[in-house]
Amino acid sequence: MAIHSRSPYYWPGELTNGELWEADLERQQLEEDQQISSWLRRVFRVGEGQQVFPIGCLNPQAASIMASRGGGRGRGRGQLTFSMEAVGIGKGDALPPPTLQPSPLFPPLEFRPVPLPSGEEGEYVLALKQELRGAMRQLPYFIRPAVPKRDVERYSDKYQMSGPIDNAIDWNPDWRRLPRELKIRVRKLQKERTTILLPKRPPKTTEDKEETIQKLETLEKKEEEVTSEEDEEKEEEEEKEEEEEEEYDEEEHEEETDYIMSYFDNGEDFGGDSDDNMDEAIY
Amino acid sequence: MGEGRIWRKVEKEIEKGEKQQRKEYRVGEKERSSWEGDKVATSQLLSPPLPSPPLLPQCCQPLQSPRGSPLRLLSTMTQAEIKLCSLLLQEHFGEIVEKIGVHLIRTGSQPLRVIAHDTGTSLDQVKKALCVLIQHNLVIYQVHKRGVVEYEAQCSRVLRMLRYPRYIYTAKTLYSDTGELIVEELLLNGKMAMSAVVKKVADRLTETMEDGKTMDYAEVSNTFVRLADTHFVQRCPLVPATENSDPGPPPPAPTLVINEKDMYLVPKLSLIGKGKRRRSSDEDATGEPKAKRPKHTTDNKEPIPDDGIYWQANLDRFHQHFRDQGIVSAVANRMDQVISKWVGQWLSGIFTYLQMWPLAYSQSQHSRVNSEFQFTFQTQTSSEIVRTMLRMSEITTSSSAPFTQPLSSNEIFRSLPVGYNISKQVLDQYLTLLADDPLEFVGKSGDSGGGMYVISILMGDLHKALGSLATATLESVVQERFGSRCARIFRLVLQKKHLEQKQVEDFAMIPAKEAKDMLYKMLSENFISLQEIPKTPDHAPSRTFYLYTVNILSAARMLLHRCYKSVANLIERRQFETKENKRLLEKSQRVEAIIASMQATGAEEAQLQEIEEMITAPERQQLETLKRNVNKLDACEIQVDETIFLLESYIESTMKRQ
Repeated sequence: MAIHSRSPYYWPGELTNGELWEADLERQQLEEDQQISSWLRRVFRVGEGQQVFPIGCLNPQAASIMASRGGGRGRGRGQLTFSMEAVGIGKGDALPPPTLQPSPLFPPLEFRPVPLPSGEEGEYVLALKQELRGAMRQLPYFIRPAVPKRDVERYSDKYQMSGPIDNAIDWNPDWRRLPRELKIRVRKLQKERTTILLPKRPPKTTEDKEETIQKLETLEKKEEEVTSEEDEEKEEEEEKEEEEEEEYDEEEHEEETDYIMSYFDNGEDFGGDSDDNMDEAIY
Repeated sequence: MGEGRIWRKVEKEIEKGEKQQRKEYRVGEKERSSWEGDKVATSQLLSPPLPSPPLLPQCCQPLQSPRGSPLRLLSTMTQAEIKLCSLLLQEHFGEIVEKIGVHLIRTGSQPLRVIAHDTGTSLDQVKKALCVLIQHNLVIYQVHKRGVVEYEAQCSRVLRMLRYPRYIYTAKTLYSDTGELIVEELLLNGKMAMSAVVKKVADRLTETMEDGKTMDYAEVSNTFVRLADTHFVQRCPLVPATENSDPGPPPPAPTLVINEKDMYLVPKLSLIGKGKRRRSSDEDATGEPKAKRPKHTTDNKEPIPDDGIYWQANLDRFHQHFRDQGIVSAVANRMDQVISKWVGQWLSGIFTYLQMWPLAYSQSQHSRVNSEFQFTFQTQTSSEIVRTMLRMSEITTSSSAPFTQPLSSNEIFRSLPVGYNISKQVLDQYLTLLADDPLEFVGKSGDSGGGMYVISILMGDLHKALGSLATATLESVVQERFGSRCARIFRLVLQKKHLEQKQVEDFAMIPAKEAKDMLYKMLSENFISLQEIPKTPDHAPSRTFYLYTVNILSAARMLLHRCYKSVANLIERRQFETKENKRLLEKSQRVEAIIASMQATGAEEAQLQEIEEMITAPERQQLETLKRNVNKLDACEIQVDETIFLLESYIESTMKRQ
């Protein structure tokens, strides 16, 4: 009878002291028994400092084999403190083998699990969940830790999106509701970032879309800037806002480059690519 | 920690105050009895109790310890729960917020500087994180003496984040897309003003509509009002209006109050307008007189009419709805064996309540055939009766009451949905059947008015409805885990309450060896426990009965703990899978972005084809596998969350009874 690793009495120390253990069903009750408080002690007939594990069969004839270890009650034989029949282990029954190691990390399943709910409702909730996850990453409440400074300042740093650089937040809470000590500067809002027009809830896996979408937006914006410069008659709201709003440093930089951001791959991943298709010659 | 510190403080005070008698005060359990005689003296030295905090509604969950007590009661969260909270916070708000949040959950109520010091983050980051957490109702603050503001995290509220999709879906079934988006905006933003919600939802709906059509604000407002009337959204506590007679400096933090009556009062706003498309150059559609007005409204200098009134989603009401759903479906499973296959939706009935249920009805497990206009003959009679009873009492009974109001069968007969033509006698028969059912969902409490019936949400002694649901969950877990024979033994022990080893074998008709094996397996996993009945006062083991019994509460707690662990594992695994394939995912995103941009500028089919081929076939397969796995893991999370809800409701109702 194993002490299961999940039971509160599991002691991950030595599981056996090498003794043979046998059930002595007719034992005189000693007065020390009354002091045993834990039922576990009674079940496993454990002395004060010992942790004993049953090995093999119960053998009433093996009474003399038991040697006493120091720390026991001074009685020389292994004895049971109660009737094993009470919990249902009869004489001569084979006990399950002792556990000599912790239970495996992925124990084999005896029975196949029930299939997951499928159908319209299940799929809808699933898609909803994944979309919520993605949406929350885009909200201003998602605070990214600042990217740690690298050893040397690199050219590509100008064009890479990094986390919150300064101590400002992107959204405007109602400061009257918050303790005064929490007040921080609110970053002046950029033009409302528009994401790609969302069709009706396509299921998406968890992705870090932030970089790509930012790149895409800058692409869109660049196109709009181009058209607005060409056609000043067109009173597009975006044009108005570009003039009005406070420009972001990054945007200025991006306007200057000739390269489209979405195509930019800074080559850091280059080394890992080459293992995939060895068929083609690499020039 | 708190205890020792307080006692030491008292010790210092005493030394200062009583210089004549220098007694040795030792801190420790044994010495505490020596304090008994000095209670009067020490109580004067301890700070006087602060005035009781203003009445906060259920949503704000007041601190567990009374303000004046020197002992700070830490909320007891297990490691599994803390781990799950940390994963949820990290996924939704990022690492900084996660660090702060978990620290607060672990250590209880703390002021700002202590948090910054203990977590090693800069003060600004801590402020940012706290703003986000407070906005989302995950952290509350309280002003203590000397102007110190302390922040406390609500761990159970963090765990609710797992359930957001379910709330949104429920809103969709009850109030269609508009309601769904309203609830979604409220959940994603924590709290919002009504006008802001209406604008945003109208814009979003307009995006999905066909070109040229827009969503009117009035319609969205209507749905909002209906949500408020049925208590699905509620007002946040308000900043008290300070009169100018306040002489001193403003308090470091406002104490928010709300009146119970005002919680669902919608302010009279006249929101006129229509939703706007983003990037729409069609100005007629927006209905704005000025074309040059900037689009972002957050910088608007105009005062918002409902300034200061914020709304949040009322999660308790949703929970009540889920619970009702659970009970109804349990009754349906038990009593309504489907005879006929004609099922359909209700046309809207006379009562306004009925507008909620037609769509909800389609969720019941039997009705998979959805036909708008099929007028059907209902066969799920008893579940319909129970549903009617629950509906009638949902506003009159608070969510935590043990019993619903007694309803007479005449009332029930009148309130049955339109088109439900069963005669009064049949209804009475059904009610008797329900009342006599051993599950005892419905109890008979009197005979006036044709028989008064009551649904016991919580058992008189033992929480019948929720208890049955929790028990059914346990049974099914045992069955799926250990097999049907184990399940038989489990149900047997449940039914008979206490059984000896021998009796188990006899009653279950399972050979002794196997029965023993199964019992010990279940015992080791703590589904079953051993109860000792001593024959003699000295508890001699050889003269004691050992009986097997099922303690439902502790088994439910154990199972709940395992559920938290499994959800944490599922989330971790999903993150691991995503991280493994991160490169591939990024590549595919880039390709999609390129394709999208090229399509926008107009490209030929051949070029698009070429770019699509940048992702090779084995890579596509890998992506497919990844997608399938992530979907499966997500679906598992949703499923486990349903079990978590059931068990939590049961445990909560049990604790309330005690």
